[in-house]
Amino acid sequence: MRAPLSWIKEFVEIPAAITPEQISDGLIRVGFEVEEIIKQGADLTGPLVFAKVLSIEELTDFKKPVRYVGLDCGEGSTRYVICGATNFVVGDLIVAALPGAVLPGDFAIGARETYGKTSNGMICSARELGLGDDHSGIMTFAQGSVTIGEDAISGLMINDVIFDISVNPDRGYALSIRGLAREVAGSLNLKFIDPVDALRDLTFTETGKGVTAKIADPATASVFYLRTLTNFDPRATTPLWMRRRIEKMGMRSISLVVDVTNYVMLELGQPLHAFDKSKIKGGLTIKRAGKAQPFTTLDGQVRQLHPDDLMVCDDEQPLALAGTMGGASSEISESTTEIALEAVRFDPVCIAKNSRRHKLSSEASRRLERSVDPSLAEFASARFVQLLTQHSSAQHVATVVDGEPKYAPLLTVDPAYISRILGLEITPTKIAELLRVIGCDVDEKNFVVDPPSWRWDLLTPADLAEEVARMIGYDAIPSVLPPRPVHASLTPTQKRRRAVATMLASRGLAEVQTFPFTNQETIDFMGFVGERASTYAIANPMSEEFPLMRVHLVPGLIEVAARNISRGAKDFAIFEMGSIFRSSQKLIDGIFPEIGSRPSTQTIKEIYASVPPQGFHVAGVLVGKVEKEDWQGSARSYGWQDAIAAASDILDLCHLPWSISRSEFAPWHPGRCAELIVDGKAVAHAGELHPRIIAKYGLPARSAAFAVALSALPESLRVRPTTVGTMPAALQDVALIVDENVAAGDVEAALRAGAGPLLESITLFDRYDKLGDGRVSLAFALVFRAEDRTLTGAEITALRESAVAEAARSTGATLRTA
Amino acid sequence: MNQGEVAQWVERARSAFAAAQDLDSLKDARLAHAGDKSPIALASRSLGSLAADQKASVGKIIGEAKAAIAAALDEATAKLEREQDERVLRDEVVDITLPASRSHKGGLHPITIIKNEISDFFIEQGFSVAEGPELESGWLNFDALNIPADHPARTMQDTFFIEPVESGIVLRTHTSPVQIRTMLENEPPIYVICPGRTFRADELDATHSPVFHQVEGLVIDKGITMAHLKGTLDNFARHMFGADVKTRLRPSFFPFTEPSAEVDIFFNGRWIEWGGCGMVNPRVLATCGIDTDLYSGFAFGMGLERTLMVRHGITDMHDIVEGDLRFTRQFGVGL
Repeated sequence: MRAPLSWIKEFVEIPAAITPEQISDGLIRVGFEVEEIIKQGADLTGPLVFAKVLSIEELTDFKKPVRYVGLDCGEGSTRYVICGATNFVVGDLIVAALPGAVLPGDFAIGARETYGKTSNGMICSARELGLGDDHSGIMTFAQGSVTIGEDAISGLMINDVIFDISVNPDRGYALSIRGLAREVAGSLNLKFIDPVDALRDLTFTETGKGVTAKIADPATASVFYLRTLTNFDPRATTPLWMRRRIEKMGMRSISLVVDVTNYVMLELGQPLHAFDKSKIKGGLTIKRAGKAQPFTTLDGQVRQLHPDDLMVCDDEQPLALAGTMGGASSEISESTTEIALEAVRFDPVCIAKNSRRHKLSSEASRRLERSVDPSLAEFASARFVQLLTQHSSAQHVATVVDGEPKYAPLLTVDPAYISRILGLEITPTKIAELLRVIGCDVDEKNFVVDPPSWRWDLLTPADLAEEVARMIGYDAIPSVLPPRPVHASLTPTQKRRRAVATMLASRGLAEVQTFPFTNQETIDFMGFVGERASTYAIANPMSEEFPLMRVHLVPGLIEVAARNISRGAKDFAIFEMGSIFRSSQKLIDGIFPEIGSRPSTQTIKEIYASVPPQGFHVAGVLVGKVEKEDWQGSARSYGWQDAIAAASDILDLCHLPWSISRSEFAPWHPGRCAELIVDGKAVAHAGELHPRIIAKYGLPARSAAFAVALSALPESLRVRPTTVGTMPAALQDVALIVDENVAAGDVEAALRAGAGPLLESITLFDRYDKLGDGRVSLAFALVFRAEDRTLTGAEITALRESAVAEAARSTGATLRTA
Repeated sequence: MNQGEVAQWVERARSAFAAAQDLDSLKDARLAHAGDKSPIALASRSLGSLAADQKASVGKIIGEAKAAIAAALDEATAKLEREQDERVLRDEVVDITLPASRSHKGGLHPITIIKNEISDFFIEQGFSVAEGPELESGWLNFDALNIPADHPARTMQDTFFIEPVESGIVLRTHTSPVQIRTMLENEPPIYVICPGRTFRADELDATHSPVFHQVEGLVIDKGITMAHLKGTLDNFARHMFGADVKTRLRPSFFPFTEPSAEVDIFFNGRWIEWGGCGMVNPRVLATCGIDTDLYSGFAFGMGLERTLMVRHGITDMHDIVEGDLRFTRQFGVGL
């Protein structure tokens, strides 16, 4: 919302000493963000004069249209200039910058040779003068509205300060000069003159029968003023001051009737719509469209109406999309002489829906959907009649009203509540005074507050607390720390997530965060099936490319890996922690209990249950070499074992005992994937990625990945450490030969079982697979230690033999002889 | 053999040992002057043939001479060994500027880091960290926060809806439903922050992302005032942006707070919008079953990406969401 200072000053007595910056600070303090202070004319110096076009010579030797124009600038002789615009004819009034003038952008005007002529100045467009973005052509003016030769800087009221203000959605009243002027006055403690006061006693003579007005459903509109005017001369033009104000507000001047409706809307905040009365069949009724039908709005677009659209209709057809945009058929035209002027306090929700259904946000709908002062239907329409009859031959015929304005109810507030909630002692008298500044009537005895007609939003004591705080200034509220609990900590789950992330980052994995969206092709290509492939679809996805919620973290990581490779990275490891969304339950219809009191425990339970469970995972992708290859030599590549190590280290970090087994699981290589099992449940998978996926995404061969379902892990067990023995350890190496299909893990487990509790550690230190005959040799280092004594040679031998015997029994291992 | 002769042997041995340039030549000198065939050894062996009255006095002279020679040898040996050690160490000097680390540089995503930092700060203030689901009930995301069914935020232009839309399940548009869940599940006093991922139907550009993160705070207790909100935000801002940062509350509008405010910070010479805040709307408290006669509260919320971008001078959102390692690695595991 823009607001020229010159217009605000009409309603606020602003002392000359107050700067635009002070006004801006005041507005910010009371909750209106001033996005820009535009100092119009600050970078413009004359001479700039009004002139009349006397002659036009079209220069045709050039690629673009060029005119050599003779101007009467009131100098007694004709001045010639070159002009590239073509939107004017001989006799038009224009504005010309003469040599010596400097236009915005430090554009100095001088006499210059161009296109083979001497150009002694420039005919200006609005944009060249810094008055707006309109560059469609030069500015032209109605005959008689400007004086030839007169200074156009003052004539066009160029020197002005325009505030560009963002207005919060609860303050519809401030989408008007009236509303903003009141805020300026309130914030700077200045006198406010309400323009509506001058309209309260306006009366117009009834000279005939007006068009009838009817609200079919009081839920859609409370009050409908319809004023009929006649004898309008369509040649009437908009006075220059009105046109300039409309332009300063960022709108365009169209015709006198339309300009007056817009002017009044900008001044007071009430959108108006003028119909060509001759096009109305019978009377006007506000009602729903009732059925789908085509309707042409005055922007020329044919729109398909929804049966629920609220319309202003005559006896035969819809004439306007209520509060949003008029229709083409009854639009004011160059032959309009009779006018029906509509001013309605529409229901905001109806207008919001009209606007949304047709993706049509207009100046009118923007105001009406934020609620408009219900008293304005009367006063704004009166203002229209006043202005139009002043500036044209139009005469009032009759005013017809249906319905009546409805206002916000009275409310009682405890002034102590306001002090209490703000944390600032304010006397009841001061509270009453501040509420009066914003337009409330306050009965100080019982503290009954009657909100002003434009403040539909003041419904509760909390609303009044905000108004008091706003007017006293948020800065006045002290800064105090609240009383706080003495202790809090992260939950075990939160601590675990942090520890896992820090561990992965410390061992060289970089964390990334990807959008949790995917598509069916990816899910299928990855090989997910069953419930791992089933997810939720977004009704309105960001892009049709990613319409589904992700079912797994690894596909997103693969995408990121591919992106990094495309940007030149070769060897790296990445991980992500986040939610996955498997469609584990069918969604039920939403449960939406009334608010204002706590829903029943059962209802709350049902709402909670309606939200599908969402898993929380950590996953990583390992690409290229495990370390940088440099002067120290080459490095090995990441492989399936590094992924398993990452996953199992996460479980170890969480003190969770796990076991491992082979798994055929997407998106991994079916022969190179492990699942890690905790409490009988597979909680992690790791291994080499499926070669098909590696090929498609252009990852280095043997790239590996892991995924751990953190949300599926049980609580960590409290550590119960075994005593650290100080007696000497006994080291025993054993080399076993087994069939190549025997899992090393099984051999190790058998050795452990056979060795018993005196075995302190076991390490597979060599694996030799060149024996032939499908046999491999596995060499283990066993460390034995007793807590209370040095083990004897005989004991050690017995322990080793027992371990080997168990390995032989359960895996068929034989001792390798040197 | 006389005393002068013995003294010469000692002197010769000393100078021979001192003249040795390395341990090998010292060995030769030792054999010559202290070995089996050295004059002192021979003299020593011949002691037995001396007359008894001479044995003691000559024996003493020879004994002293042997000790002197042994001491000179020890000294020379120690010196040469020291020199040799020094030479070896000198020869083993390396270029310690050769790149040492071969490991990949890992790191936490800066959003994780800033989330942890904020969580730690508030935990120290006695706040707990609450979390909730990203697919969320429409009632918890909107209605319970006093956002009515016809509010513009609830259109498809702003909010991602899950099919079927009748389910009312949305991708949460803020972490505020976590506040509602916290109030529904706990009795006051409540002191929590709710960090998490949120979603809005915005195109990805330099300053917006459809997927982003927020942290919200909620306090419900007896006697909580807007002054407490200011105190908490001032404290928080100083922690995040330094002791010199200034804050400013500006009146604003949110359905779930009344009074409402925007919180701005004055940082690097200009006012920057940081987040929104206010006193929890009594209607929201009542919806969660909190006695508004007994309790009041405040809430605030800010974007983590925005906080990060402002504080670290990051100008392009793409860097935060694309997962380029070169970006993340700069942050390491802490800020």
